[in-house]
Amino acid sequence: MNSNILQVRDLRVIYYTRQGALRAVNDISFDLQVGERLGLVGESGSGKSTTAQALMRLIKPPGKIESGQVLLNDLSLLGLSDERMRQVRLAEIALVSQGAMNSLNPVARVRGQIEDALRDHGVKLNRRERAEWIGELLQRVGLPQTAADMYPHELSGGMKQRVCIAIAICLKPKVIIADEPTSALDVVVQRQVMETLETLRAELGASVILIGHDMGLMAQTVARVGVMYAGDLVEMGGVEDLFSEPLHPYTRLLMASLPSLEQKEAARGIPGLAPSLLNRPEGCPFHPRCPEALDRCLVVEPKLQTVRPNRSVACHLHGALSAAREAS
Amino acid sequence: MTALIEARHLTKVFGEGFFRRSNPLVALDDLSLTIEEAPPAITTIVGESGSGKTTFARLILGLTTPTHGQVCYRGVDLRQLDRNQRRQFLREVQVIFQDPYEVYNPFYRVDHVLQEAISNFGLAKTKAQGQNLIVEALVSVGLRPEETLGRYPHQLSGGQRQRVMVARALLLRPRLIIADEPVSMIDASLRATVIDSLKALNRQFGISLIYITHDLTTAYQMSENIVVLYRGAVAEVGDVEWVVKKPEHPYTRLLIGSIPQPDPKHPWERKEKLSDTTGNGRLERQGCHFADRCPNVMPMCRQKPPPLYQTAPHRATACYLYRDSPAAASEKLNDVFAPPR
Ligand SMILES: Nc1ncnc2c1ncn2[C@@H]1O[C@H](COP(=O)(O)OP(=O)(O)OP(=O)(O)O)[C@@H](O)[C@H]1O
Ligand SMILES: Nc1ncnc2c1ncn2[C@@H]1O[C@H](COP(=O)(O)OP(=O)(O)OP(=O)(O)O)[C@@H](O)[C@H]1O
Ligand SMILES: [Mg+2]
Ligand SMILES: [Mg+2]
Repeated sequence: MNSNILQVRDLRVIYYTRQGALRAVNDISFDLQVGERLGLVGESGSGKSTTAQALMRLIKPPGKIESGQVLLNDLSLLGLSDERMRQVRLAEIALVSQGAMNSLNPVARVRGQIEDALRDHGVKLNRRERAEWIGELLQRVGLPQTAADMYPHELSGGMKQRVCIAIAICLKPKVIIADEPTSALDVVVQRQVMETLETLRAELGASVILIGHDMGLMAQTVARVGVMYAGDLVEMGGVEDLFSEPLHPYTRLLMASLPSLEQKEAARGIPGLAPSLLNRPEGCPFHPRCPEALDRCLVVEPKLQTVRPNRSVACHLHGALSAAREAS
Repeated sequence: MTALIEARHLTKVFGEGFFRRSNPLVALDDLSLTIEEAPPAITTIVGESGSGKTTFARLILGLTTPTHGQVCYRGVDLRQLDRNQRRQFLREVQVIFQDPYEVYNPFYRVDHVLQEAISNFGLAKTKAQGQNLIVEALVSVGLRPEETLGRYPHQLSGGQRQRVMVARALLLRPRLIIADEPVSMIDASLRATVIDSLKALNRQFGISLIYITHDLTTAYQMSENIVVLYRGAVAEVGDVEWVVKKPEHPYTRLLIGSIPQPDPKHPWERKEKLSDTTGNGRLERQGCHFADRCPNVMPMCRQKPPPLYQTAPHRATACYLYRDSPAAASEKLNDVFAPPR
């Protein structure tokens, strides 16, 4: 058997907007290993949520998965019928979507929301079994049993987020995608939620894709990180490797913009705007903002290339360097 | 001179006399804070989720009425503003809401939010002038106008939506902006950009800010003074340099110790007992709210809530560890604040 639970190949998602075709995810490829914790970071608007929705086949018009392949344990998700995909969703691969905790049904108790998810997936349990399972789910995400009978507005942000996680794991999926699960939570609760997610991952033997923008949180919780920029996956590597030596100039600037508690004004944004996804610039999408751009960056789009084991980057600087090294 | 906004003994209790909730919840407990017209100040309110931050913002905005205490705008209780005063209040006090998913009407394009602001407050004489203002505001928060305008809210990413709300506040040039977690969904580099544009507003146009967040790092970057709330009550208050670098209250210490460091080689400090804090609905506290989680808890902590002790000229802490210091002279948090730098 393959040790990759998920294989994504050349995934491309386009939103057909009034102004034209917007390439939100641009031919990205990556693997997720069994039991792995993978982080996906990137600028706001870089296509992280779109990627997550594409993996779940939840892209709605005017969006469309243009091309590519998503293999979940050798099952090709993009080829499945809608009905079959509906069964796979939640049962095999689940998403805690960005802002999910704000989309809990305000007039239904937590119990009802979990029951709905179970019913939607044709899970047949009798009343007692259902109550037991809901009790167990709540316990797993660290919520008191009394939470089952509460309404969303009676719960704090951290509790709501855990309800969403409980819904996501109610069918014990093998892959859990969490899109910014803790951005709205304070650091203490953030940590509790991440620890909850980690415990679940270990207990269910699941793999987790954590989407976020908080480099600190990534450093603390994932083993491997992918960096997205303007719909491209521009860098990928083990978390220690990537943090100690970011290769892509975007990643480097991103690291340099992290605010500190030691010095005021230390953090600086990256000058310039993210590129238009409607009219992608020629060459590397980062070249208009890149302090190190070469001539060829303006014309040739760099491909994600492996530069050393478990480390890849899409940048001509590294292509050029490695080429030079080979030549000498 | 009358203050722009004065919050006196602001208290909000949810669920009192409500048939559903068995025990009411004190979301905000006796907070007094003044925002002067000048000099413009940046004040941060931090606290865990559920500590009453948004409740405070809603009270200041008059979106919910206090159970006790009052909010005055230019000396007049919000409940007694006449039409003109109310109009002026709506213009002068702007809010950037925490949840960009809630504030938009899904059926209007985002242009509507911005154009409405311009026409409601007569910010531009001509359509073209209005359009220029919009473009300027969008660019200053790192958005591409041509790709933002004409879209429906669900067609923007989370961080893009959040920035449209910041752009709207920038457009209005009010006297006070209450920003409730304005950057929670955007990455560090953009965050620095948005924070810079908020700070520039403060400097160039003399706009005061109340910055509400759970993120101590941006709080530190942003403001001069900070109020740390814990379950609706002030835990610690004062000069941000001191509070962040030498936190006194055990809760502030926990917060700072839990900040995930962007360095895989420095893992989170070893697990303290992370008891489930998020419990809701307790009232009539016997003592300090934090007692159950506090590593330094003493018997006296469970008997009576600690007052604010003035531990230095520009800081005060509500914790019995500091009981040798004098109790803070006034309940007004401003009296503890460091003057603007
Ligand atoms: N329904 C839609 N129609 C048109 N464009 C869309 C739609 N949804 C997203 N987009 C655009 O696609 C791009 C990628 O959006 P996505 O939500 O994937 O970004 P993201 O990386 O998750 O950002 P954030 O960190 O801000 O959540 C953005 O430019 C966004 O404006
Ligand atoms: N309309 C309401 N009815 C009942 N309880 C409420 C209501 N609004 C807020 N609360 C409760 O009041 C407390 C304070 O909530 P508030 O939204 O002010 O917290 P917050 O500090 O903004 O938290 P977060 O960081 O999660 O946004 C919470 O326990 C919340 O559940
Ligand atoms: Mg997103
Ligand atoms: Mg809030």
